[in-house]
Amino acid sequence: MAAHLKKRVYEEFSKVVQIPHEETPAKKLRLSKPSKSAALHIDLCKATNSTDALQYLLQFARKPVEAESVEGVVRILLEHYYKETDNSVRLKIASLLGLLSKTQGFSPDCIVDDAINTLSNEKSHQVLAQLLETLLVIGTQLPESPALRLRLVEVAYKHLSDTYFGVRNKCLQLLGCLGMVDAPLGKENEGAGLRDVQSIISDYFGDQDPRVRTAALKAMLQLHERGMKIHQIIYDQACRLLTDDYEQVRSAAVQMVWVLSQLYPESIVPIPSSNEEIRLVDDAFGKISHMVSDGSWMVRVQAAKTLGSMLQVSPHFLEQTLDKKLMSDLRRKRTAHERAKELFASGEFSSGRKWADDAPKEKLDTNTVNLIASGACGAFVHGLEDEMFEVRIAAVEALCQLARSSPSFAEKCLDFLVDMFNDEIEEVRLQSIHVLREISTHITLREDQLDTVLAVLEDSSRDIREALHELLCYTNVSTKECIQLALLELLKNLNKYPTDRNSVWKCLKFLGSRHPTLVLPLVPELLSTHPYFDTPEPDMDDPAYIAVLVLVFNAAKSCPTMPALFSDHTFRHYAYLRDSLSHLVPPLRLPGRKQVYGLDSVDSGPGSGSVESAQLFLQQSLNRVSTIQNLEAPGAQDLLDLTTRDLLRLGELQTELAGAADFCATYLRCQLLLMKALQEKLWNMAVPLCLKQNVTATAAAQQILEETYKLEFLYSGLESRQVATIHHVRLQAKALQLVLTARTRQGLDLLIGSCEKFLQDVESFQRLFLTELPHLQDSFVDKLLELMPRLSSCKPVELVKILQTTLRQSGLLQLRLPEQIHRATATIIEPTGESDNPLRFTSGLVVALDIDATLEHVQDPQNTVKVQVLYPDGQSHVIHPKPGDFRKPGPHRHRLITQVYLSHTAWTEPSQIEVRLLLAYSSSSTSLTSPSKLGWSESLESLPPAEAAVEGTIPFSKAVKVFIMPKPARR
Amino acid sequence: MPEIKVTPLGAGQDVGRSCILVSIGGKNIMLDCGMHMGYNDDRRFPDFSYITQNGRLTDFLDCLIISHFHLDHCGALPYMSEMVGYDGPIYMTHPTKAICPILLEDFRKITVDKKGETNFFTSQMIKDCMKKVIPLNLHQTVQVDDELEIKAYYAGHVLGAAMVHIKVGSESVVYTGDYNMTPDRHLGAAWIDKCRPDILISESTYATTIRDSKRCRERDFLKKVHESIERGGKVLIPVFALGRAQELCILLETFWERMNLKAPIYFSTGLTEKANHYYKLFITWTNQKIRKTFVQRNMFEFKHIKAFDRSYADNPGPMVVFATPGMLHAGQSLQIFKKWAGNEKNMVIMPGYCVQGTIGHKILNGQRKLEMEGRATLDVKLQVEYMSFSAHADAKGIMQLIRMAEPRNMLLVHGEAVKMEFLKGKIEQEFSIDCYMPANGETTTVTTNPSVPVDISLNLLKREMALGGPLPDPKKPRTMHGTLIMKENSLKLVSSEQALKELGLNEHQLRFTCHVQLQDPHSDADTLHRIYTHLKSVLKGYTIQHLPDGTVIVESIVIKVSSSAEDSNTKVLLLSWSYQDEDLGSFLSSLLKKGLPSGIC
Repeated sequence: MAAHLKKRVYEEFSKVVQIPHEETPAKKLRLSKPSKSAALHIDLCKATNSTDALQYLLQFARKPVEAESVEGVVRILLEHYYKETDNSVRLKIASLLGLLSKTQGFSPDCIVDDAINTLSNEKSHQVLAQLLETLLVIGTQLPESPALRLRLVEVAYKHLSDTYFGVRNKCLQLLGCLGMVDAPLGKENEGAGLRDVQSIISDYFGDQDPRVRTAALKAMLQLHERGMKIHQIIYDQACRLLTDDYEQVRSAAVQMVWVLSQLYPESIVPIPSSNEEIRLVDDAFGKISHMVSDGSWMVRVQAAKTLGSMLQVSPHFLEQTLDKKLMSDLRRKRTAHERAKELFASGEFSSGRKWADDAPKEKLDTNTVNLIASGACGAFVHGLEDEMFEVRIAAVEALCQLARSSPSFAEKCLDFLVDMFNDEIEEVRLQSIHVLREISTHITLREDQLDTVLAVLEDSSRDIREALHELLCYTNVSTKECIQLALLELLKNLNKYPTDRNSVWKCLKFLGSRHPTLVLPLVPELLSTHPYFDTPEPDMDDPAYIAVLVLVFNAAKSCPTMPALFSDHTFRHYAYLRDSLSHLVPPLRLPGRKQVYGLDSVDSGPGSGSVESAQLFLQQSLNRVSTIQNLEAPGAQDLLDLTTRDLLRLGELQTELAGAADFCATYLRCQLLLMKALQEKLWNMAVPLCLKQNVTATAAAQQILEETYKLEFLYSGLESRQVATIHHVRLQAKALQLVLTARTRQGLDLLIGSCEKFLQDVESFQRLFLTELPHLQDSFVDKLLELMPRLSSCKPVELVKILQTTLRQSGLLQLRLPEQIHRATATIIEPTGESDNPLRFTSGLVVALDIDATLEHVQDPQNTVKVQVLYPDGQSHVIHPKPGDFRKPGPHRHRLITQVYLSHTAWTEPSQIEVRLLLAYSSSSTSLTSPSKLGWSESLESLPPAEAAVEGTIPFSKAVKVFIMPKPARR
Repeated sequence: MPEIKVTPLGAGQDVGRSCILVSIGGKNIMLDCGMHMGYNDDRRFPDFSYITQNGRLTDFLDCLIISHFHLDHCGALPYMSEMVGYDGPIYMTHPTKAICPILLEDFRKITVDKKGETNFFTSQMIKDCMKKVIPLNLHQTVQVDDELEIKAYYAGHVLGAAMVHIKVGSESVVYTGDYNMTPDRHLGAAWIDKCRPDILISESTYATTIRDSKRCRERDFLKKVHESIERGGKVLIPVFALGRAQELCILLETFWERMNLKAPIYFSTGLTEKANHYYKLFITWTNQKIRKTFVQRNMFEFKHIKAFDRSYADNPGPMVVFATPGMLHAGQSLQIFKKWAGNEKNMVIMPGYCVQGTIGHKILNGQRKLEMEGRATLDVKLQVEYMSFSAHADAKGIMQLIRMAEPRNMLLVHGEAVKMEFLKGKIEQEFSIDCYMPANGETTTVTTNPSVPVDISLNLLKREMALGGPLPDPKKPRTMHGTLIMKENSLKLVSSEQALKELGLNEHQLRFTCHVQLQDPHSDADTLHRIYTHLKSVLKGYTIQHLPDGTVIVESIVIKVSSSAEDSNTKVLLLSWSYQDEDLGSFLSSLLKKGLPSGIC
C-alpha cells in the first residue's frame, strides 16, 4: 500500500512538472507544491516520535493545498493515522482531514468511507469527537447526497451513547445539521433504530452534562432552522430547561421556547396547579419574561431580546410586563408615574412635592400582594433597571418592537422610555430616544412627559440633542402649552449650543407643520405683535427669531387664517427667509402677494414628469455628441462646448440628475481639451516655433489627467464600462504627454523611460479591462493594441510618431450612462465663514477648530475624507479625522463632526485660513485592480504589483474661510 | 441528624447591632459584630456573655465575618476583640477593611472626645483589632480550617459589602448582610449563584415595601436640583459621609457633565475625603459603567465637586452643598441650614430617613418655625424635599435572591417583627420552604440531611457498569452489591471479595432452606419432572436444569423432592438458595406453595 501510494505521489509530481513548460513562466512556483504531499509523507516517515510528527503536521497545516492533490494528501494522512499511536497526532490528522475536505473544488465523498472506518477503531474520545467533527464538515460539503447523510446520521446514533461529552456533543451537532428534515416514511422499515430525529435529540435534554444539554437544544434549533417542524411535545421539556443550573442551557432553552411559541402560538396549554388554560404564546411569553430576572446577564439579554419578537402575545399579558405594584409598609403606594398623571389631570403643574405626599394610603390585604411575579409581571420594569447596559438596551429594543405593533402598549411604555432618557450610559439614552421616535406615531405626549423629554435638550452630547430634535420632529403634542414649552426649551438649547442651529430650525419646521391649530393661538405672543401698538422690528439675523418664524410659517402653511395676524415686517422677513432658507420655509399663499405665489407655483410645479424629460434631454445631448466621429470635424468643438454648458445647467436644475449630468459634462470637457490640444496647426509647426502652444497642450494634458481621477473617484455607482472609458481618456492624456515630452526635451534616456512606462500602462489597461475591450472598438486603445507587437519593439521616436497619428485619428468614445450615478459632495456647516471675530490664540500653541460637515455619497469616508487647512502663507496641512468622528444619519449620508488643531507662528494681523475637505484616492484601492477574486494561492504572491499606485486628493467641498489671529506669546 | 443552629445576639427582629452566631458542622461562626445606634449604655453592644461568662471568646469561636463597614455591622468589633478578647481570624473584604477603621475611629472620637465616655476602646485597640483581619476577595474560597470554608459574593449596598457562603462538609449557610438587588449609580446589584444553602440568613429591612423604579426618583431629584439652580438658589443636601453621599455625588457629577452646568458643587471635608480616596481605589467593586470608563476617567475623581469651606456658604449665586450629618441635628449641615433657611429660592433635600426629634424630621413634617438654642426662632422659607435613596433590597428583591440561591430554609434578621411576619408568610407560600425569624438570644435549629461521600472502588463500578446498560441514567437509581467499609474516618464501597481480603476473613456461604408441602399423587421423579416443566413455563429466561441425581437447579437454587413419611401423596419439597438469590428463592417458594397446575404432565 505504502509503495503504491508513494508511486502515486511521484506520478503526480512528475505529471505536474510538465505543466510549467507549457504555461507562462510566471507560474513556475507551482513546481514545488504538488511535491508537498510527497514532502509530507517523507516528513512523517522521518518523524521519530509523536512530537516531531505533530510539528510537521502543524507546519503542513499552515500552507494551502490545491484541489487536485488533496486526495493524495488525505491518503497519506490516513495511512499515517492507522500507524500512529499518539492521541494528539491522530487528533491533528483528524482535524486536518476536516480542513482538507473544505478545499474548494475537492469533493470529499471519496474519503467518507475511510473516515467512518477510522471511527470504529478509535479508542480515544477526543479523537473520536474530532473525527465526528470532520464527518460533519464532509456532510455539510455534500448537501445533495441523502444516502451519505443517512450513513452519517447512523454513525451519529451509534456514538450518541459515548461516555465522553465531546463525542455526544458532536453527534448531536451532526444530527442537527444532517438529520432528515422531511421525515421519510419509507426509511423507517430499514431499521427500527432509525427513530425520529427529534425524539432522539430530545432524550438528551436530560443529559447529565450541561454541555450536552446545550448541544441538544442547539441541534434542535438547527433542525428548526433547516425547516423541520418541531413537535409541540418539546415545549414542556424546553420549559423545564429554563430552570437549569447552567446559563448556556437556559439561554438555549429561551431560544427553544421562543421558536415553539412562534410555531404553535394558538395551542392551548394548561396552567399547572389550576384548571385554567392559556394560549401557548402567552405561556411562553410569561416564562421568558421570568428569565429577564435571571441570575446570568447573558440569559437576561437573550430573554429581553426574545420578548421583542413575540408579537402575537395577548395585550393583557403584554401590559403586565410594565406592571409593578408598589407598597410601603404593606400599604398600596402609587408609582411616580401614576402620581405625575394624576397631578396633570388635577390641573396642578407645580411639582413642589412635600414630604410624604407619596405616603401610602390604602391598606393592602396581605393575601393579594404577589411578590413573585407570576408570568410577565414587571418583566420590563426589571429589564430597564438592570445592572448591565446590554440588558437595558435589549429591553428598550424589545419595548420598541412590541410598541410598534400595539398602540395601547406604546401609550403605556411611554413613561418608562422617557425614564430611560436619564440612563447613565449614553448609548442607552440614545437608543431610547430613537425608540421613542419610532413609536411616536402611536402616542401623544402629555405636558409633564414632554417636560421630561425636553429636559434632555440641555445634554452636552450632540448626538443626544440631535436625536431628540429628530424625535420632536415626529412627536404629537396635545396642547398649545406644549408647543410653547417645546419652543422655549428649543430656544434655550439654541442659546446654549449655537451649533445646533440647523437642527433646531428643522425641528421647529416639523413641529409647526404638525400642529398648525395649536400654534395659531400663540402667534401674537410669538411674534410679539400688539393690537394697538407697533412693536419694534426684531433682528433678522437672530437665530432665535428665525426659529420662531420657521415655526409660524410652517404652521401657516395649512392654516390660512394665520397670515392675517402677521405684521408688515413679518411679510418682509418671510420673503427674505423664503429665499435664503427655502428648505425650511414653505411657500405660503399670502394675500396680495401674487408674485411670490406665482413664483412658488413654478418652483413646486416640476414633478416626476420633469425628471423624465430631463433624463431624455441628457440622453439626447449625449447622442448628439456621439455623432462626432472625428475629432477634427468642423463644429465638433462648438458642439462639445455647448453640450457641456447645457449639461452643467441641467445638473443645477434637476438635483436628481446632478451626478449624471456633471459626470457627462466633465467627461466631455476632457474630450474638448484633448481635441484642442491636438489641433492640426499646432503639430505641423517646427518645435521651437510652437513653444506657447506646447505649454497649453501640456497644461491640457495635466488637466485631463486630474479630471479623469475626479471622474473615477468622485462619482459613485460607476460600472466597469465607465471606468474603462475613464481610463481610456487617461491613457490618451498620457499619450499626449509622451508626445509632448518627445517634442520638447532632447534627452533620449528620459524618453525611453517614459515610453516604457506608457507601454506598461497600455498593458495594464488591457489586463484590467479585458472584458470591456469589445466595447472600445475603433478607439485609440483599440488601434494601439493592434499595433502593440510593433510598438514594443520599435524605437521611441517611432513610437511617438505612431502615437501622434493614432491619437489624432481615433474617434470619440461614446459615453454610456449607468443607472444611478452620484457625485460625492460635502458641505461644511461649521465653521460658517461668516464670523468677523478672529479666533485668537497664542502662537506656538494650538487652537481647536470645530468642523461639522455633511457628506453625501461618499463611500468609506473613514478612510478617504480628510480635512485640509490652508494658511495664508501657502502652508497647507492635511488632517485625517478619527473614524469615530463620522456618523451615519442616513443612507449615502455621513456626517463629520471633528476638531482640527490649528497653529502658526505669530501674525501681526488677523487673517483668513481656508478649510476644505478632500477626498483621498489611491488607484490601487479600486476594486477593479483585482476584478476576479483570485483564490488563495501562492501564485498570487508572484504576480507583479498591478500598477504603481497613484495617490492623490480631490477637493470636494467649498473652502470655508476662518479668521484667525495667532498672537505672540507674552513673556 | 446533624443540625445547624442560628442564634442572633443582635438584629433578631430588630435593626441595628447585627451579630449572629451560627453553629454548623461543629464550627461556631460569628456573623457581623455591630453596635446599636439607639442606645448609649451596655445595650449598644451585643451581649457576648451569651457565648461565655468569663474569659476570652477565642476558644468558642472559629471565625468572625464582617459583611460591610456600616457601624451597625462592625461597630462592636474592637470592643469584642480587644476588650472582651478574641484572637481568632476576622474576615472582611478589602474595601471594608480599608474604610472600617476610619468609621470606628470617628465613632470613638464622638463617643469619647465629645460625649466624654470612659471605658471605651482606644485608637490603639482599633489598630490592634484590624491587624487580626484577613481580607477576602469576591468569589474566593477561603479555607478557615480543614473543614470550614467561606466565600464572598457581591452584595451592592455599600462599597465592599459582601454576602458570605459558609460551608462545612456538605452543609452550608449563606449570610447576606445588607444587600441591594437594584443597581445604583455607583454600585451593582447583589448576585449569588445557585448554591442551594441549608439556610439563607437574609436581612429584611424593607420586607413590606416594593419600591418604585429608581429612575423616577433620580429624575425627580435631578430636576429639583436643576430647577433650583436655574432660579439662582442654593441647594443643601445633608448626608452621612459614606455610601449614599457617593452615589449622589456621582449622580450630580454626571448630570453636571451632561447638562454642561457651571454652578459649583461642594462637599464638606474631613472623613469624606479619605473615604472618596478608597472609592477611587476599589473600582472593581463598583458598577459596570464606572468599571468600564475608569480607564479614561475615574468617576470618583470629581470634576465639578470641590471641597467645601465654611466661608463659601455666604458666596452669592447658586451652589449645591453636601454636608454632614444627614439628619440636620448638628454640625456643618445645621450651620448652613440656618444660613439659608430664610430664602425661599433655596432648597434642602433630605436623602434619607430622619429620627424623630431632629430638625430634619421636623421640617420634613412641614414645621415652618423652628426653635433654636436660646429663644431664637428660625423661619423656614426654603423648600424642603424628601428623596429616598435607600440601598436595601425591597420585598421583591428579597424574593429574587431566594430564587437565585434556592435555599432549603430561610431565616430573617435585621428588620421589624411585624414586617418579617408578612414576608415569612409570603416566602412559605411561594417557595414552600420553612422560614424562621428568631428574636435576639433565641436559637433556631435546623436539621440537615447531608449527603455522605463514599469512595467506590473502580473495579466494582466497572463490574456493575458491565452488568447494566451502557450509560448510567442519572434519573434512575440502581442497586448494586458491595461492602461498605468504615475505616479511619473514611467510607469505602468495595466488592465483597475485596472486603474479605482486606479484613482477612473467610467467606461464609449463607443458604436458606425451606420445605414446601405439596399434594401430588405422582412418584417423586415424576413430581420433580412436573415441577421442572412448570418452572420452565413460568420462569422464562432463567437457566433451569434437571439433573440426573434428582434435583432441579434454577440458577443457584436447588429443589429436591421427597415423599413424606405418613402420606405418599404429600410430597415435601426442599428448596435451598444462597442469600444472593433471595428474591428468586422467595418467589419460587411462594410459587410452589400454590401447588402445581393440573394440566402438566
